[in-house]
Amino acid sequence: MRPEPFGALLYHFGTRRLSFLKDRRLLSVVEALADAPSARAACAGAGVGPSELQAYERALARLAETDMLRERAR
Amino acid sequence: MSVAVPLVEHFARGLDAPICLTWELTYACNLACRHCLSSSGRRDPAELSTAEAKAVIDELERMQVFYVNIGGGEPTIRPDFWELVDYATAHHVGVKFSTNGVRITPEVASRLAASGRGSGGVPRSGYVDVQISLDGATADVNDAVRGEGSFAMAVRAMENLAAAGFRGFKLSVVCTRHNIPQLDAFNAIAERYGAQLRLTRLRPSGRGADVWDELHPTAAQQRDLYDWLLDHGENVLTGDSFFHLAGYGKALPGLNLCGAGRVVCLIDPVGDVYACPFAIHDAFRAGNVRDAGGFRGVWRESSLFQTLRGPQAGGACAACSAYDSCRGGCMAAKFFTGLPLDGPDPECVKGYGQLRLAAVEPGSAPKPSLDHSRAAAVPVTLQRRRPDRACAENPLALVVR
Repeated sequence: MRPEPFGALLYHFGTRRLSFLKDRRLLSVVEALADAPSARAACAGAGVGPSELQAYERALARLAETDMLRERAR
Repeated sequence: MSVAVPLVEHFARGLDAPICLTWELTYACNLACRHCLSSSGRRDPAELSTAEAKAVIDELERMQVFYVNIGGGEPTIRPDFWELVDYATAHHVGVKFSTNGVRITPEVASRLAASGRGSGGVPRSGYVDVQISLDGATADVNDAVRGEGSFAMAVRAMENLAAAGFRGFKLSVVCTRHNIPQLDAFNAIAERYGAQLRLTRLRPSGRGADVWDELHPTAAQQRDLYDWLLDHGENVLTGDSFFHLAGYGKALPGLNLCGAGRVVCLIDPVGDVYACPFAIHDAFRAGNVRDAGGFRGVWRESSLFQTLRGPQAGGACAACSAYDSCRGGCMAAKFFTGLPLDGPDPECVKGYGQLRLAAVEPGSAPKPSLDHSRAAAVPVTLQRRRPDRACAENPLALVVR
């Protein structure tokens, strides 16, 4: 994941797909995921308000579908 | 999460580091393709040493450049080629290399196939992908451009890769007047070997300038290509090759933007950094990786790249209805055909380029600054070689917003 002024570029070395985060706050959320207790908490920590949660949930789901995010080992 | 500025505009303004870049490791080549955009043939004595090349890789790792498209010349004939590939992948810089297949033996193919498989099916961070160059779906069409025996050599390499279980390597084709009728046949070849087709545009760069008039697609063929890409484009890689065709109406899959100095660039064998692989000329030279600031300094600070990332003048094209989609076309194609940079592309789909070309005084187009062609003039039907590749995968595969 490479931060850029507009958000970030993500590259998957397995699928060789490039993805874009078009939002710096989404970048903060993604960066926080590994250590946050939940995705919701990561969003809250990045200042995502309740009315915006759904949009961020969709974005994270899309990243999970394309293997850019993976469930952490328990 | 509204974003006022379209992503493509962010790209036009330049990124902190290239998404990928082309790195030509050597000017030496076993072939002598008639349209070679880097006029390759002989090694340059000033080519980067192994240590210098590794230092460049270290820098690319720090800048988080995801992968490099390695070419040449024929990169695999550099004695330290595999050492550099291993070094790059160990340092999280993916490698896709272009080859005419000369060194893709069964042993090498097995090794390459194994490199893509991490333990437990988990993709490794850092990988190697291979791109086999072929400019005809039949030996006669291919060998007329790339040289006698080059079709058989490429096919052998593809057979070896397929037999070793290397899936999804790239079959890379430069579109010419003689092979545009073979697009379906290329797709069939790719399918036969479990490969993916990649099409790029013929540029009048390097020796390509000498054969441009003879090999560049006709206007009717350009339209055929556009229609074909609309039908097949999702499965075919084109990088930023064909954005000039967007002037027909619909944008094609791929990057509809000239990435030069903005999201891509070229490092040549002697370390010179150019705006793109098709622009090996002093006018597009931004600096050298041996300069004090290294590659990062060139990428971030060169005045040429700053200019490219600024607003571009549409010039004669600004009044055209297609300008917003084609953006005036390819800088290198204009430059090496003697057209002004703020005017139409020589292959402008509206035909304006053709009109302008008629007014260019013969012999007045700029010549490449470097020529590493082998001295002995080889008859045109013999051994020829050409590398290619701008940026590779469809860079707009997934936009998350």
